Order: sequence, then structure tokens, then C-alpha cells
Amino acid sequence: MSIYLNKDSKIIVQGITGGMGSKHTTLMIESGSNIVGGVNARKAGTTVELAGTTQPVFGSVEEAMKETGADVSVVFVPPAFTKDACIEAIDAGIGLLVVITEGVPVQDTAEVWSYLQSDKNHAGTRMIGPNCPGIITPGESLAGITPHTIAGKGPVGLVSKSGTLTYQMMYELKDFGFSTAIGIGGDPIIGTTHIDALAAFEADPETKAIVMIGEIGGDAEERAAAYIKDNVTKPVVGYVAGFTAPEGKTMGHAGAIVSGSSGTAQAKKEALEAVGVKVGKTPSETAALMREILQSL
Amino acid sequence: MEYQAKELFAKHGVTTTLGVVVETADAAKAAAEQLGGVTVIKAQVKAGGRGKAGGVKLAKTADEAFEHASNILGMEIKGLTVNRVLVTPATPPEEEYYFSFLLDRANRQYLCIASVEGGVEIEEVAKTNPDAVRQIAIDPGAGVDEAKARAIATEAKFPEPVFEQAVTMIQKLYQVFVEEDATLVEVNPLARLAGDKLEALDGKVSLDENASEVRHPEHAAFEIREEADPLEAKAKDKGLNYVKLDGQVGIIGNGAGLVMSTLDVVAYAGEAHGGVKPANFLDIGGGANAQVMADGLDVILHDPQVKSVFVNVFGGITACDEVANGIKGALEILGDEATKPLVVRLDGNNVDAGRAILAELNHPLVTLVDTMDGAADKAAELAHNGTAA
Repeated sequence: MSIYLNKDSKIIVQGITGGMGSKHTTLMIESGSNIVGGVNARKAGTTVELAGTTQPVFGSVEEAMKETGADVSVVFVPPAFTKDACIEAIDAGIGLLVVITEGVPVQDTAEVWSYLQSDKNHAGTRMIGPNCPGIITPGESLAGITPHTIAGKGPVGLVSKSGTLTYQMMYELKDFGFSTAIGIGGDPIIGTTHIDALAAFEADPETKAIVMIGEIGGDAEERAAAYIKDNVTKPVVGYVAGFTAPEGKTMGHAGAIVSGSSGTAQAKKEALEAVGVKVGKTPSETAALMREILQSL
Repeated sequence: MEYQAKELFAKHGVTTTLGVVVETADAAKAAAEQLGGVTVIKAQVKAGGRGKAGGVKLAKTADEAFEHASNILGMEIKGLTVNRVLVTPATPPEEEYYFSFLLDRANRQYLCIASVEGGVEIEEVAKTNPDAVRQIAIDPGAGVDEAKARAIATEAKFPEPVFEQAVTMIQKLYQVFVEEDATLVEVNPLARLAGDKLEALDGKVSLDENASEVRHPEHAAFEIREEADPLEAKAKDKGLNYVKLDGQVGIIGNGAGLVMSTLDVVAYAGEAHGGVKPANFLDIGGGANAQVMADGLDVILHDPQVKSVFVNVFGGITACDEVANGIKGALEILGDEATKPLVVRLDGNNVDAGRAILAELNHPLVTLVDTMDGAADKAAELAHNGTAA
């Protein structure tokens, strides 16, 4: 078991012919993901050779799904076109929409989110991202850019706003392994939230414990803490980045900003600790806390 | 800043008075003469509470305008130096309201906040008279049409004499919000002037940098170079994601989350080494090639406060040998300009090859440490030694 993505997932790539798209499609194929094709309206009907496979390029997500039975799409199109790519995939009824693209205007994401909520026919689509590393179920499937070589299968569920901290934490706990590791992205508005992932990990029998990584900005971690209090029975260990971030400065991720007294790392840490979540001061201390829990299970 | 927000208001037909922006007291005097009558001299900085800080003064004559402008120019408000003032005709409001559109992160939609009690900070009104602060959710898909604007004006209880003007202005302010890709459009005060005229007397607009990059090249004109930190400006020119802080340990890393985390780990480590702190945030992203690494080091080594540099890279997609070659190449490019000790921690993809390259390089300035915590400690120690020396 796992969450959102497994060995049966059939993946298409929107933007498969672009630089980022072709590079990461190659890596996904090498990791063992079942990539069944890509989408680029201007190159419909052609094929691309990637990692020793021949991938068909379709004119639309709808056509790609009809021809291949794909249920996951990974989006690598440039930020100016991301909104349209997402709406196309939602219209086609894709199951899982993983938006890797960084730099998407936040109002575009707000409109996509509104579109997802606007029609009950869209309820079957789960969006992850944008501005995220995607999702990996080690040994089964990768939909995104997380290196598949860091860690294998295991009992830990990981949800993080940050890509490199996802990698760092997978590396620290590679001897235990992961059920699924999901990077939800560092933008102010994102599809899948910490709470969504916590709920899915709670329901996943393979996941025995959860690592939750947050960072400054917004109040997603505080809301996740409230959710954990009432809904999560599995042990959760937390980490929050950005204690030293100054007020009013965007720290790399568009959503990582302390505004006045809100969105601070300290407030997030306190909210998590108040509901019994152990929070590490550093990534390695966080891994050590998780290690203790796993050894006692 | 206020005058820039007002330019955006005027562009979209929101009633406002632009006034004249000046950088000298002489120019302020000339502007006051030209406008005639009583004027207001207002400090232009990106900060609230300008009035309380003495940055807003009424001038009855042009000579008074000169005097106030001389005092305000060069003044510091919340750490920001005032380099320009706005001279506008004094238009005493009969009533002051508050109005804004903003991004509501938590609910993934937009929010309108409106109040018939404006002119003071809205957070204050929310404390003293919460009922007067109305919050109305806006669906980004549906937007704000006339009917929605009417509903907002009704909810906010805008009085009858200005109600229709409010309905029109709300739609125009929403135009500013969406067409300029703002994350905040705020009018405070939204004023009822003599003759029941509704006008945006002061305002603030925050723009989405992603959108400016994608579809608003014209927004670059709002950047005021001399106000930016010189190192931040230099980094921006080189396309680097850099934020200047005030510590002694320069930081280079890949990925925003890892770099934020690195700053924290260095700050903890610094507690044992004379309280040294991180000097900056610098995310070089995935492709850490020699040129990017050299550009990053170039910026950091020109920070006179920096005593040591911590390069913290986790090779995800990027291979550590490429990063190591990047460091090697950067040191070659910089030559004698590289004078401060470098602590390097590499992990992940091709780590052994990467460490081997640096071991072979055997550069006197470079120390290789295996773990992030250990490397942070070493960098803090070196910075402390450098500060003491």
C-alpha cells in the first residue's frame, strides 16, 4: 500500500518534449514508473525516444487518457501555460495531477483551484503542487523529480513543502524506507495540503509513522496540528524550516514569508508540540526522533 | 509605495489624486506652489504608520512645504530612509473607510475586507470594533461583477450618498487586483470628501513576483534600485535567489527548504561559537555549475561581514561531482579574490566522486565535512575565529 500513487499508476507527461519534461521523464522511466506517453498539441502524432522506450505524443490529455488508460499526469509546461494545462487535465478527468512547474502566477493557481471545486465532475481529480518535487512510492512509481535512488520502501510516510528537505529526510532515514514521500510545494496556494496527506497516511495500513516538514509562511502547519489532534493516531514527527528568516522577506519559495507576527517557524513549532508532535531542531535531530519511534514500534 | 499604488489605481480608473513625487525640498516647494492652497507632504517608504512617525505633514504655504519636506527627507521610518515625498492637495475627509482585496492562502481564494471605520490600521479596528470589519469571500473563478460589488457595498454598510460610487470603485479595485496580478490591493483611507465624493486617499498594492515575471514586464519599473541592499541588487542582476542577513557565516545551498534549514542549523551552531549567525540566504537551485557557484561566492565574499562560507548541497538530481567541479571552477574563476574559508558538505547523488574531487583539489581554504550539523559547527567556529582575529 501507499498513498495516491502505486505500481498500477499509468503516467503521462504534459510537456514531455521540453527540456525539463524529457530529462525527468527519462529519470521516471529509469526508476521503474509506468510512463505511457506525453502531451504536446504542436507535436501530436509524433513519438519521442526516452530511456530506451518510444513514447507517443498526443494532442490532448483527453486523447492520451483514451489511448493509454493513463490516470496520472505530471506537468512540466512553463509557468505561463500551466493554468491551461491543468484545466485541460481536469476537464479530461485525470485522477492525479502533479504540477512540478515553479513560478506559476498565484492567481492562476487560485483559478485552477476554484475550477476544481466548481463542478462535482472534477471531484475525481487530486492536484499536487505547483512548485513541488512531486510524489514517490519507492519501488513502485515516481511522478515527479524526486531521485528514486535515495531510499527504498518502508513504514514512513513523508509530507513536505520543500523538495530538498524531502530528499534530505529520505536520506537520513534510508535504512527504514518510505511508504510514500510527497512534496506538496512551497507556493502560497497549493492543491494537496499537509492535512490531505496526513489523512491519507493515517488511512494507509503500510504507513506506521509520519514525518511532516513545514516552513515559514501561511498557517498550514497550525491547521495541520489541529487536524492531528483530532484525527491522527499514528506517531507524527515534525520539522519546521526558517527560524532565522527575517520578517517581510520571501525566502526562495513564493509562499515562504513571515508577515508581521504571522507565519513564523516558532508559532508552527509550538502549535505542533501543543498537540504532542515531537519537533526536531534540525533535519538530523528530526530523523533521530523518528528513528526512536520506529525502533519502539 | 503610496504614489506607485495610486498610479495603478489611476490606470484602472479608481478615483484618486496622484500629486507630485519629489526628491528635494526645493522641488516640494515648487510642487506646492503649482498645486496652490494647502498641501500634504507625505514620506514615501514601504511601511505603515508613516503619520505616527512624523512622516506626514500639512503645509499651509509653499514655504511650509519646503520646511516639512526638508525635515521628512532623510528621516528613518521603521528602518527605511525617506528618499522622496509626495506632495498632494490637502483634501480633508468627512469620513474615512477601509477597503481591500487580498489573497486568502488558508481558504485558497480571495478575500475582501471592508469597513466604514478606516484611516487607522484595520487590525486596530478589528480589535476595538470587530463588527465594523466585514470579510467577504471572493471566488477567483467568479470574480467581482456589479452584483457582487453591490453585495460587498451593502455588507460593508457604505452610506447612501456614496453607495453607488462605492459599487463602481469596488469593481475597479478588483480590476487592479486581477489585471495587475496583485496579492493585496488596499485603500486606507477610502475617503468621503466634501460634496460626497469618494476617493482613494492612500493605498498599498503588493504584486505577485511570479506573475510580474511571466506577464508584467512593466512592473520592473516599480523596483527602486537605490533602496535595495547593494549585495541583493548584485545578486539579482546575476539571477541569484539571495537575501542579505546580518551574520558572519555566508550560506550557499540548493533548494529553498534546505537553505532555510541551513540558516537555522548555523544559528544553533553559532550559539557555541560567540553567537555567530548566518550572513545570507542563497539558493543556487538544481543546476549548481561552476559559473552559478562562482557568481554565488562572488556575492557572498563581497559581504564585508562574512568571515566563513558554508556550502551545503544535497545532490538530488544534481550530481555531487558536478557540484564539486562547480566549487573547483569557482575557486579558479575567483583566484586571489577568494580569501575566506569554505566549509563544504556534500551528500546524495554521486557523493563519493564529489568528495574525491575536493579531496584531490586539496585547496587550503576548503574544508570538507560529512554531515550538515558538523559542517555548520565548523563554519561557525571558523567565522568566530575570523571575527576575533
